[in-house]
Amino acid sequence: MKKLVCMMMLLAFLLAAGLAQAQTLINGAGASFPYPVYSKWAHKYHELTKVKVNYQSIGSGGGIAQIKAKTVDFGGSDDPLKAEDLKKDGLVQFPTLIGGVVTIINVPGIGSGEMVLSPEVLTDIFLGKIKNWNDAAIAKLNPNLKLPNQAITIVHRADGSGTTWIFTNYLTKVSNEWKEKVGNAKSVSWPTGVGAKGNEGVANNVKQVRGAIGYVEYAYATINKIPYTKLINKAGKVVTPNMDSFKAAAAAADWKNAPGFYMVLTDLPGDNTWPIAGATFILVQSSQLDKERAREMLKFFDWCFKHGGAMAEELHYVTMPDRVVDLIQETWSKHVQYADRTGMKQIWP
Amino acid sequence: MPQARDIASAIPGKAPAKIGADALFKWFTIIAALVVPIIMAGIFWELLSLSWLALKTFGWKFFISEAWNPVTQNFGAASSIFGTVVSTLIAMLLAVPMSIVIALFLVELAPPRISKVVGSLIELLAAIPSIIYGMWGLFVFAPFMATYVQPFLGQYLGFLPLFQGPPMGIGMLTAGIILAFMVLPFITAICRDVFALVPAVLKESGYGVGATTWEVTYKITIPYGVVGVLGGIFLGLGRALGETMAVTFVIGNSHRISASLFAPGNTIASALANEFAEATDPLFISSLIALGLVLFIFTFFVQVVSQLMLRRMYRGWSIKV
Repeated sequence: MKKLVCMMMLLAFLLAAGLAQAQTLINGAGASFPYPVYSKWAHKYHELTKVKVNYQSIGSGGGIAQIKAKTVDFGGSDDPLKAEDLKKDGLVQFPTLIGGVVTIINVPGIGSGEMVLSPEVLTDIFLGKIKNWNDAAIAKLNPNLKLPNQAITIVHRADGSGTTWIFTNYLTKVSNEWKEKVGNAKSVSWPTGVGAKGNEGVANNVKQVRGAIGYVEYAYATINKIPYTKLINKAGKVVTPNMDSFKAAAAAADWKNAPGFYMVLTDLPGDNTWPIAGATFILVQSSQLDKERAREMLKFFDWCFKHGGAMAEELHYVTMPDRVVDLIQETWSKHVQYADRTGMKQIWP
Repeated sequence: MPQARDIASAIPGKAPAKIGADALFKWFTIIAALVVPIIMAGIFWELLSLSWLALKTFGWKFFISEAWNPVTQNFGAASSIFGTVVSTLIAMLLAVPMSIVIALFLVELAPPRISKVVGSLIELLAAIPSIIYGMWGLFVFAPFMATYVQPFLGQYLGFLPLFQGPPMGIGMLTAGIILAFMVLPFITAICRDVFALVPAVLKESGYGVGATTWEVTYKITIPYGVVGVLGGIFLGLGRALGETMAVTFVIGNSHRISASLFAPGNTIASALANEFAEATDPLFISSLIALGLVLFIFTFFVQVVSQLMLRRMYRGWSIKV
């Protein structure tokens, strides 16, 4: 008798667990850069709709690998896949957020936004050709600053990262010498300097080492209150890194003619454009197995684009301009499909 | 063994059950002991097969090339091997003499109460996780090195290539010193236990014939414990070679060989910790695994050499006795 009761209870428990499972759970994994925003969005969305979105921050490489293996519903990546790769693997790619990469410095007596660097000087510093902060080239750009006699130490990422990819992409675009000697990749052979792990590692090292210069995602510079520099952009204007200049970069890009949204937001035209920005991307399978599940996932991203902007800005990220969101929706309806007996069917809207 | 069985069967009645238990226990111990060599062989095989691509591509030049360029796909292990050896060397040069001196103080000179307190503090030092050493190294020790130690060394010993370059705080020297802090408690604890094992009779006879504390220490305690001390040193060496997190924080992580100890470098373990997660290219991954293979062979040889040395010393010791 007792046994029977136990069995009944177990059965009831299993049923309950099964019902709880029936509540939609969408899994994603990938880049760590957008993780704070995705998890905040997911939390809010769960409160509103009871749809749970779970995002694991395992790095862009892992995100791409997992969506290819179909172990997740969507993958996150900081460096976009090229259109032909997307086609080969049957994936659809779209951007979600934009962030800026800023150069941070630790020079005695110089505060945030006080120093201006040009693309040429920045490249020469990272090539190790300009070795001291009182170099004439820096002084020429900053006639009002009192530059100390202090050796420059470069701090770069020691781990492979999307941030490095964006930063070296910019240097490759503005300097032929950089292009030939170093190049553009997630980790490169740095001509000089020390390496640190993660954005937080670079931020901490710059803070600790006098005379240091490094590059981090904008959020890490503001949270850690490390002085950043202004840069001279493609239009020849001095720009400050902030939400507005990142938005200007997003707006300056020609998304319409970028197949698979393959777009790098470095060295773009426009008076107010921050020259080193990058988007982070979501990858989904173009042929979905479960129509309802796919719809739920796209609904989540739709909600993010429409209502997530303020939450993202609190965390120092910028969402996509409306014009681009329209393009993304168009891509969803055209390329995200599921198969039934009569052929491929559209899921969105 | 047959003899044991004979004796067992000579006892009437209970013999079969006893043999069964014995056999069971014997096989259990054999299997348990076999797990270790099987795992070792498995790791070695896995490392070798996965690093084959890199070894085939670069040949023996992999071990002497300083290049580490993910863009052009050109990899070499020289800077990592150099960094591993140099940082370990600095650590051992600092930690070994200090550990022996501390152990001698605790055993020979300190009043029992102080010895107990300091002894347990040292054991506590061994229990601190390595990431704590790393963070302490970056936030506290590196600025201290940059403001006091490195400028001082640069000023007075700057004519040596070892102490040239800007004082950044992080770099090979700082990594070596942090490593010394980390292996110090291990070596000290073992030396202390070894010295404490020296029979009181020996020491007392030394004092009896009029030897001073120094003479007793130098001529009785140290020679008696030398085998154990060496064991402790090799344990520390093994730890220093493979230490990862703390070194990653302070060594500067740059794939370059530099004569200056102020310059940033890297070790095999730190390179692996940094670069494995985002290495997607087959040749890149294979090169990283080849680095792991080098470290595996390194530590293996340290163990073999230490065993050989200890055995030789034991032999010499037994003749003396």
